[in-house]
Amino acid sequence: MRGVTRRAFLRTTGLAAGSLVLGCGTTPETVWQDRKLGDERALFDAFLAIGTDGRIVVQAHKVEMGQGTHTAFATLVGEELRVDPRRIEVVAAPISDAFGGFMDQSTGGSTSLLEIWQPLRETGARARTMLVEAAAERWQRDASDLEVVDGSVVDPRSGASLSFAELSVEAAGRRAPREVALTPRGEWKYIGRRGVRVDARAKVTGHASYGLDVRVPDMQTAVVVHCPHAQGSLVSFDDEAARGVNGVEDVFEVPGGVAIVARDTWSARSAAARLEVDWDPGASKGVDTAAIRAGLVAAIESDGHHSARDDGDAPRVLDDAQKVVEAEYALPYLAHATMEPMNCTVVPGEDGCDVYMGTQSPMIIQDAVAHELGLSRSDVRVHGQYLGGGFGRRFFADMAAEAAGIARHTGKPTKLVWSREDDMARDFYRPPSLHRLRASLGADGRPEAWEHKLAAPSLLPHMVGDTGGAVVPQWMRGLGSALVGAIARKLPDWAGPVLAIEGAHDQPYAVPNVSMQAVAWDPGIPVGIWRSVGHSHNGFVVESFIDELAHAAGEDPAAYRRSLLADHPRHLAVLDRVVEEAGWGRAPAGRAQGIAVHEAFDSVVAQVAEVSVDGPALRVHRVVCAVDCGLAVNPDIVEAQMESAINFGLTAALYGRIDFRDGAAVQSNFHDHRMLRMADAPEIEVHILESDAAPTGVGEPGTPPIAPAVANAVFAATGRRLRELPFELT
Amino acid sequence: MIEFELNGRRTKVSADPATPLLWVLRDELGLTGTKFGCGIAQCGACTVHLDGKATRTCVLPVSAAAGRSVHTIEGLSEGGEHPVQQAWVENSVPQCGYCQSGQVMAAAALLAENPAPSDDDIDRAMTNICRCGTYTRIRRAIHRAAELTRDGSGAVAEDASEAAE
Repeated sequence: MRGVTRRAFLRTTGLAAGSLVLGCGTTPETVWQDRKLGDERALFDAFLAIGTDGRIVVQAHKVEMGQGTHTAFATLVGEELRVDPRRIEVVAAPISDAFGGFMDQSTGGSTSLLEIWQPLRETGARARTMLVEAAAERWQRDASDLEVVDGSVVDPRSGASLSFAELSVEAAGRRAPREVALTPRGEWKYIGRRGVRVDARAKVTGHASYGLDVRVPDMQTAVVVHCPHAQGSLVSFDDEAARGVNGVEDVFEVPGGVAIVARDTWSARSAAARLEVDWDPGASKGVDTAAIRAGLVAAIESDGHHSARDDGDAPRVLDDAQKVVEAEYALPYLAHATMEPMNCTVVPGEDGCDVYMGTQSPMIIQDAVAHELGLSRSDVRVHGQYLGGGFGRRFFADMAAEAAGIARHTGKPTKLVWSREDDMARDFYRPPSLHRLRASLGADGRPEAWEHKLAAPSLLPHMVGDTGGAVVPQWMRGLGSALVGAIARKLPDWAGPVLAIEGAHDQPYAVPNVSMQAVAWDPGIPVGIWRSVGHSHNGFVVESFIDELAHAAGEDPAAYRRSLLADHPRHLAVLDRVVEEAGWGRAPAGRAQGIAVHEAFDSVVAQVAEVSVDGPALRVHRVVCAVDCGLAVNPDIVEAQMESAINFGLTAALYGRIDFRDGAAVQSNFHDHRMLRMADAPEIEVHILESDAAPTGVGEPGTPPIAPAVANAVFAATGRRLRELPFELT
Repeated sequence: MIEFELNGRRTKVSADPATPLLWVLRDELGLTGTKFGCGIAQCGACTVHLDGKATRTCVLPVSAAAGRSVHTIEGLSEGGEHPVQQAWVENSVPQCGYCQSGQVMAAAALLAENPAPSDDDIDRAMTNICRCGTYTRIRRAIHRAAELTRDGSGAVAEDASEAAE
């Protein structure tokens, strides 16, 4: 193939981690397999190709699930190539060592922009340099005399120009420069601008392809009737009526349920409705919401806690104190409820297998399917689609393993489609948690001691059970995955629920004695990462409790926080900004304000919620948000992510709960699992603080502050403290 | 066989008459722009225009479409020129985008009936769920689409920053 030598190619694809992983078989061809870019293609590196037909294509190893990653890739490359980002096609990258390791090729934790900020600009700058050098050589001119304008290299002296399309093959064949100069901030044309999303057009014309839209030849559609009890099992089933439905091909048992395979979706769904099936709740018997709460209470009162923070001697100070403020907070299980229900299409073939789905972690999918089908990982090709919502749910491979198992049984291309009921019943839920806090105030009203006890299920045993195999090389998967799994299962006993403490163990307020203790307790319901993870509950707890302390001290909640954040300039800055923009202290008649500030994933966000309360009716009218996320590469997208995270967190605060009966989810669809709609949604204003720091996360940090801001506003309006979610004002 | 007009063309389908129109569109006709979100007409992702009215198709049997006119997202315009689509792009409304076919169809039907909807009109008509919470922008884009239709210009600002000026 023309263009880059293997060595040069690999040298130029050093990534965020600074490490070059040279896998066997990593060549430009393998990384760019199946791309058709006109008659010839010039592959500059794993990320960028420019076709002789002028198409500029960027492969993105971070997925687009609404948070704007594809636009980020286009913006960073476009800036350095001097090309409008909307001219760049962004496609999902295949799995390849060229993109780094397991976490590099996963999307989540609000890390994408931070990870690609340097490398993708370097990709564009390198290619620009090579294009200019190629033109310089052709024209026998000095590279420094040439300019790059709108997809061409131009000689201002003669007026000659050569398009990228004309230069690309020659350029990509050149030796890549070891160092490149990135465009200085003052000259940015696209970075920092409110550019339109590159995927907007496809998503408003019905052309964007999601996993559920994939169609392959000879495809069968499968649905699975799942055991509703988390730890239950199948007793028996009668498929006579199901098999009688026109279009049904087969009915058979699979792990956790009964699969129905049919010619099309409706046939499969109709057959599923006619399946008679008996389940045994097994160990899930009695696992009800009330029992789960009782279990968390017993855990928090036990001596099984692990210390997550121990400054000074909080217990002693609290025991000696005159005035102690105490509060207990409780939060429920939450569903992800992505708009696109879970699905996966598996196409077995002679040369391995192709998998089509939207996923946050293609390597986890690849491992799960390879394991299920007894294939080498390198024979499993994952073709990422747009995600109809991720929020952490699409990090898991359970639906892929299920689809692969069905495809193995039938030998046919299989699209597995979950219903909304399946999706809500088989989640890796945001775990519930119980919190008990105590603080004592000194004569000056400042807290002298702060103690936080937390009980919650640990995520890791559930996550590693699903994903653990993927982190070790395939040759050691059996042993490795058993080892990783064993460690993950013991970890809660050794170290407590390690992810559940984030946002609490590091609470920023200046208190001389701080203690945090956490204990894991699990009733056997699958749990996992959910937008902002531990911050989703600790933001509520910490920002509610500090508000309670402010009121106990008789002080303004914003000023009180301010007085305890002297060492946290970013917190102070967003707090001050939101106070100013929201007109803090000057709520309109009939409305009350509440405030919260929280740091998550390296960004700091403050919000003021303006609410009105009328008996049991709570209305959130307006939310003002201030965010420090480092440099805002696209301020419009930053705002959109804050809007999204606020509405996501508000849905949870107002309505979100999943109850259980015998380990089966009670809520099943949107008629009994209320979702925020247009009429419920507040006005939202977002203010982005100026910053020169590298971009930090925006996908998740907007969620933690909204529940406490609303609860604090309700207190201001009514004198009632809401310490349990979802809020109920009866 | 059931016949109806689909995106301006006479269409015949062989599906069982009880099959929801959603699945006939997606599986038999290969038009996957109309989405499945809940199956009980709660979310609106499956919205099409049936004789010009916004209609959820996940519980509507295809027999109910016989002899009538159906427009899907694919048929709303040739290449995205409908004012709602233009306003949606200009305001970067979609995030994950999965609900947006339904949102666009619902908004287009609203504007066809009510060219200058108030915020209350929007609250009443736009009951589709968006998990990504794009409601603020949907509202802004509906007002913008109304403006584009009124001006008759169809000309859209190149990007959001121009529109803000």
